[in-house]
Amino acid sequence: MVDKNQQVIDKTLEQEYKYGFTTDVDQTKFEPGLDEEVIAKLSKIKNEPEWLLEWRLKAFKNWKKMSEPTWAKIDYEPIDYQALSYYAAPKQKKNDSLDDVDPEILETYNKLGISLDEQKRLEGVAVDAVFDSVSIATTFKDELAKHGVIFCSFSEAVQDHPELIKKYLGSVIPATDNYFAALNSAVFSDGSFVYIPKGVRCPMELSTYFRINATNTGQFERTLIIADEGSYVSYLEGCTAPMRDENQLHAACVELVAHKDATIKYSTIQNWFSGDKDGKGGIYNFVTKRGNCLGDNSKISWTQVETGSAITWKYPSVIMQGDNSVGEFYSVAVTKNKQQADTGTKMIHIGKNTKSTIITKGISAGEGQNTYRGGVKILKNAENAQNFSQCDSILIGDKCGAHTFPYIDVKNPSAKMEHEATTSSIGEDQLFYCNQRGIKLDDAVSMIVNGFCKEVFEELPMEFAVEAKQLIEVTLENSVG
Amino acid sequence: MIKIKNLEASIDDKTILKGIDMEIPAGEVHVIMGRNGSGKSTLANVIAGNEAYEVDSGSIAMNDTDITEMSIENRALEGIFLCFQYPVAIPGVGMAYFLRSALNAHRKHQGKDEMDALEFLNNAKAILSELGLDDSFLKRSINDGFSGGEKKKSEILQLLTINPKLAVLDETDSGLDVDALRTVAKGVNKFKNENNSVLIITHYQRLLNYIKPDVVHLMIDGKIVESGDMSLVEKVEKDGYSWLEK
Repeated sequence: MVDKNQQVIDKTLEQEYKYGFTTDVDQTKFEPGLDEEVIAKLSKIKNEPEWLLEWRLKAFKNWKKMSEPTWAKIDYEPIDYQALSYYAAPKQKKNDSLDDVDPEILETYNKLGISLDEQKRLEGVAVDAVFDSVSIATTFKDELAKHGVIFCSFSEAVQDHPELIKKYLGSVIPATDNYFAALNSAVFSDGSFVYIPKGVRCPMELSTYFRINATNTGQFERTLIIADEGSYVSYLEGCTAPMRDENQLHAACVELVAHKDATIKYSTIQNWFSGDKDGKGGIYNFVTKRGNCLGDNSKISWTQVETGSAITWKYPSVIMQGDNSVGEFYSVAVTKNKQQADTGTKMIHIGKNTKSTIITKGISAGEGQNTYRGGVKILKNAENAQNFSQCDSILIGDKCGAHTFPYIDVKNPSAKMEHEATTSSIGEDQLFYCNQRGIKLDDAVSMIVNGFCKEVFEELPMEFAVEAKQLIEVTLENSVG
Repeated sequence: MIKIKNLEASIDDKTILKGIDMEIPAGEVHVIMGRNGSGKSTLANVIAGNEAYEVDSGSIAMNDTDITEMSIENRALEGIFLCFQYPVAIPGVGMAYFLRSALNAHRKHQGKDEMDALEFLNNAKAILSELGLDDSFLKRSINDGFSGGEKKKSEILQLLTINPKLAVLDETDSGLDVDALRTVAKGVNKFKNENNSVLIITHYQRLLNYIKPDVVHLMIDGKIVESGDMSLVEKVEKDGYSWLEK
């Protein structure tokens, strides 16, 4: 059986990535290279206020003094930051009507199953579509505006709501936070901006769809979500990229701010190109995501399903500053072929009675390496803080690996901490049991893996839970024999 | 129904079955008894196609179709059902989902339409009440945190839902209290009819007080050494197996 498993695992690794096509579109693209001039040019194209350019330049100055972090359990060729282009955009300017969007680009999103046509779009989901460095369309803006909800591209927000940007940009992830965050702060091009006013429950799911198309271009998006007092928002991001032989860099920053009694639910389905079976190509995904539960009784919940990227370096975190605030992290990370994922979370308890939950499911197949890295920090004044962590890993085949690095730092003796971790292989006995009931091997594997991930999938909005389940099924097709 | 000819099988190069000949016609209940390690459970696993075992010679046929080389799921679809001695837990996979997937795999193989959720639920509920199980059983994860009795009842629920041609009960009676034993027996009796067959592997007479076997086989060291009627069971209960050794 083991040999047969291996054969079928090998077969899986030859499977093609469904979203690997490229779009032929007229584009404006910077020459490779990064210096103050490039940043100034970028800022000028975007018609940014003087303070923002200064903020970028300050970040760049800091970045130059920093060095790339090496503590993660990932292995890759050094990135030549001067060989990348820092801006690529379809030649057309963004317009209010979809009629003005390049049909090629609309077709791209259709192929990805994302219709930007509001009539055809899933009911109750508004979409912002980001193509390379710019946002090309945002749907349902008028409908959302009726509720006072602002949902637009980051660039538009800089023009239309500069006071909000100035107040919150960098308030959760300072420009000097880490190497990749500093780089992003210097060169970020676009992303989404969300503001939910006091007491408003956002009437639909908000979603951003990121697509990297251009070659040798880094994507540096910046997303900022602010939930004012007593508001609620559920936000989802999806990501894909063409298959290219060279590695592409994606270094995003996502900042969330939850005021008193507000809740932000942020879900990610990440399916960037992961490289071919020999590990050639694929996205380097170095992402900083952090939320601040600023007000009392606020809540931030991260849910991620990570199946793509050659390298994933990502630790969505929550700072629980307000009393009784809640931070949650639910994660499914799949690595196959030569994919490497070093992902987890940081929960920082500052306020009293703060509570955090971490549930992670790592799935490794092929030669994939899956690392959970998580930190829980209970500060001195965080009376009665509670954390529950559960980190489970499942191995498919015998060439992959799962690693768990939990860091716990408790400065207040009233804290209550629980940590559980398991690693198991998909059991031959489980497969035998399913097969004996007439269930085919592929179906049995996806059934067992989906069962394993159930606690996380339950946290996703309904439509996306189905998508996530299918994504896992496709990803693991033929992974056991 | 099932015909086993000169079956030899091994695990990790150790020969366990040393030439089994056996035939169970439709409508009959057969029993295999024997000491621990005599090869009874190996036979059950080899019939089901467990790939941990190697078939070294001989053949197994279901209704004249040779299944010796067939995959586990295709044998299952041909009508072989194994009530596991130690049913494995699959966390996060609901009983209802699992059972309906299994049932529909069989229906598809038989050229029937898939059973819809409502019809399935009504069927399953009727079986559950006969087994003295609550409807909430369907919402639990397969065998996850089940008591010994619940695990065996879950196997019987699956047997009655899938309704195969041959049911192989691998020590289903082990570790059951009297009430659970009666429930299991009731389920098996409900299952059996003139068109299907049952193979019971057991150490004890007690299950056979509720399910009347047509033929009893005694197994020693990978071979069937004696076949007969219920009186063999009584003899084993009284005298053990040593009288069979030459």
